[in-house]
Order: sequence, then structure tokens, then C-alpha cells
Amino acid sequence: MEHYISIIVRSIFIENLALSFFLGMCTFLAVSKRVSTAIGLGIAVVVVQTITIPVNNIILNTVLKENALFEGVSLNFLSLISFIGVIAAMVQILEMTLDRYFPSLYNALGIFLPLITVNCAILGGSLFMEMRDYNLAESVCYGFGSGMGWALAIVILAAVRERCKYSEVPAGLRGLGITFITVGLIAMAFMVFSGI
Amino acid sequence: MSKYSSVLLDPIFKNNPIALQVLGICSALAVTTKLETAFTMSLAVTLVTACSSWAISLIRNFIPDSIRMIVQMVIIASFVIVVDQILKAYAFEISRQLSVFVGLIITNCIIMGRAEAYAMKNPPVASFMDGIGNGLGYSLVLLVIGAIRELLGSGKLFGMTIFQTVNDGGWYQPWGIMLLAPSAFFLIGFFIWILRTYRPEQIED
Repeated sequence: MEHYISIIVRSIFIENLALSFFLGMCTFLAVSKRVSTAIGLGIAVVVVQTITIPVNNIILNTVLKENALFEGVSLNFLSLISFIGVIAAMVQILEMTLDRYFPSLYNALGIFLPLITVNCAILGGSLFMEMRDYNLAESVCYGFGSGMGWALAIVILAAVRERCKYSEVPAGLRGLGITFITVGLIAMAFMVFSGI
Repeated sequence: MSKYSSVLLDPIFKNNPIALQVLGICSALAVTTKLETAFTMSLAVTLVTACSSWAISLIRNFIPDSIRMIVQMVIIASFVIVVDQILKAYAFEISRQLSVFVGLIITNCIIMGRAEAYAMKNPPVASFMDGIGNGLGYSLVLLVIGAIRELLGSGKLFGMTIFQTVNDGGWYQPWGIMLLAPSAFFLIGFFIWILRTYRPEQIED
């Protein structure tokens, strides 16, 4: 039990996907102008991560691993293309399920779901899972934790950026430049956790 | 000829994919602790962008609109797998340092962005040039940041000692934070600031 909790805590705070591995930066910077949209996107990422990483884990272990499908054949080199296929398919299925059974949630998250397919945090999570050889239970924890970490980071950044609107920023730094420096400061703050 | 040269050169300064279009930031930050990895990554991304733009542009008239994303994704992923396998075979050490970031070229927004914005509407050769140009614009930022981080963080360039560090009996006290995550954000922020000071038309409101 302790082992799983430590995976969750580590993936949220210490190995934060956005702040220490720089994953999902494009959406991270583009969709962090308002807190409410940031929360929506954050929840969508958590849900998709928690589903896709275990699914990719199952596919990796039953189909792609050496000797899994055919004796003496390793299909490892196909992992990239199958992961991205799984992610695209899962997002599509999630979108349709939400649309059918939870229309209100679909309206809130709908626009973010297609964005998530090309979010590198999602693919990155699966690749880290492959690299670290997680088993199924560990990958559920890792999926949830890494999604939470990313969501936390984007909500913090959105909150800071909302405040930034009222400040005097040098002309050349306005917009993108100051956002980068803000993210740098947040990343520095998160480095405190690395001692845990 | 001049048409191609503007397609090739525009993305480097005027319309830089990282500084202006905010595309492909993820890997730009992650692989720049050393110049060597930054250089390999730039090469890989330039190659994949050029080849996939060319391939997508070649079949652009046959791709049904509704599934174009998936088609683009598959083409890009195939080129990335080729690059990944080549790196694993001939440059294993660098491939290990780049870890997941070679695979993440697939989701690098520069490539998807160019496929969608340029290759779907233009002939193959021009798309190939556009891919090279955007790849070079990306490489420029990567190499500048990689050089600054490696030089200040460990006193080296391409693994060769430039500043003798204190630990090796020299004079240079390494600036440790340059090797950590936050410095990458600061450096890109400053890079954008410098670029926009010279090109005021890029300033946002």
C-alpha cells in the first residue's frame, strides 16, 4: 500500500509532468488564461491519464512485449504507434460516452477532449510507464498521480496569470514571455518537494 | 527560387515556431541541458518535420477531411519510429539520455501544425522546404539555449571543457540551477524578450 501511495505522491509533486519534464507545454501555456477553463482541462487530463496508461500497460504486456504474442518475437518498436492509437481511440470513446450519458459534463469538457489527443503529457505518461516497467496496479496509480500533478500545475499557473493582468509588464515580455518566467518560478517552488 | 528561399528562411527569425507560434515547447525545454542532446534532437525534429510534410503533401488530395488527423498522425509516427530505431542502433548513449523525448516528437506541435497549416495546401517540394525551415527555426532556439545551459551549468560545450570548474581544480564555480528545470523556462522567456525587442511587431497586447 505504501508503495502505491509513494508512486502517487512522487508523480504529483516531485516528478511533476509539466514542471519537471516539460510535458504538455503547448496546451499548458495556451489554456491557462482563466482558472475555470484550466480546471476543466485539468479534470479531463486526469480522467484520460487514469484510463489510457493502464490500457497501454495491458497492451504492452499482452501484445508488444518479447515472447508475448509469438515466441521469440518482440514488437516493442511498435509501442509508439500503438500508444498513440490507443490514446486517440480512448479519447474518442470517452467523448461519445460523455455525450450519451453525461451531457452536462460533455458540454463542460467537450472542447478540451480533442486537444488532449495531441497533448504530450498523455503520450509521455505512457512512455514513462513503459520505461519504468510498471505493473497494472502501479500504472493506475501513476496515471492518476501524473494527471493530478499536471492539473495542479495548470490551475496554479492560471491563478497567477489572472493576477498578472493588473500588473505593468515590459512590452517585450507581455503575454508569452512573462508566462514562461512565471512557470519558471512555480517550477522552482516545486523543487522544494524533491527532498521528500 | 526566391519563393523557396522565403519559405525556407521565414520561419527562422520572422515567424519562429517556438518564440512566436508557441509550438513544440516541451522538447525545447527538456533536452537542452547539454548541447549534444539538443543537437541530436534538432536534427531529428528537422528531419521528421521535412519528411512528414513532404509525405502528407504528396497525398493531400486523397486524404478525406474527416480522418485527416489520424492519417497525419500515422505518417508522423512512422517517421519518428524510423528515427528512434536509427538512434537506438547507432547512437545508443544519446538515445538513452533523450529517453522518452524521441517518442514525443510525434506529439510535437510543430510537426502537426505545419502539416495542418502548410502541407495540406501546398505542393510537396514547397512543403519539404517549409518543414526544413521550421525545423531550423526550432533548432536555432534549441542550440542557443543548449549552449547557454551547458556552458554556464557545467562549463563545457559539446562535452569539451571551456571553463575549468572548481571541482577539477579550475576557477569556475558552476551555476547549478542552469541544469535544473526552472532555468529552461527563464531562458526561453528572456529569448522571447530579446527577439521581441528587435521585432516590436511581435509584441502581444
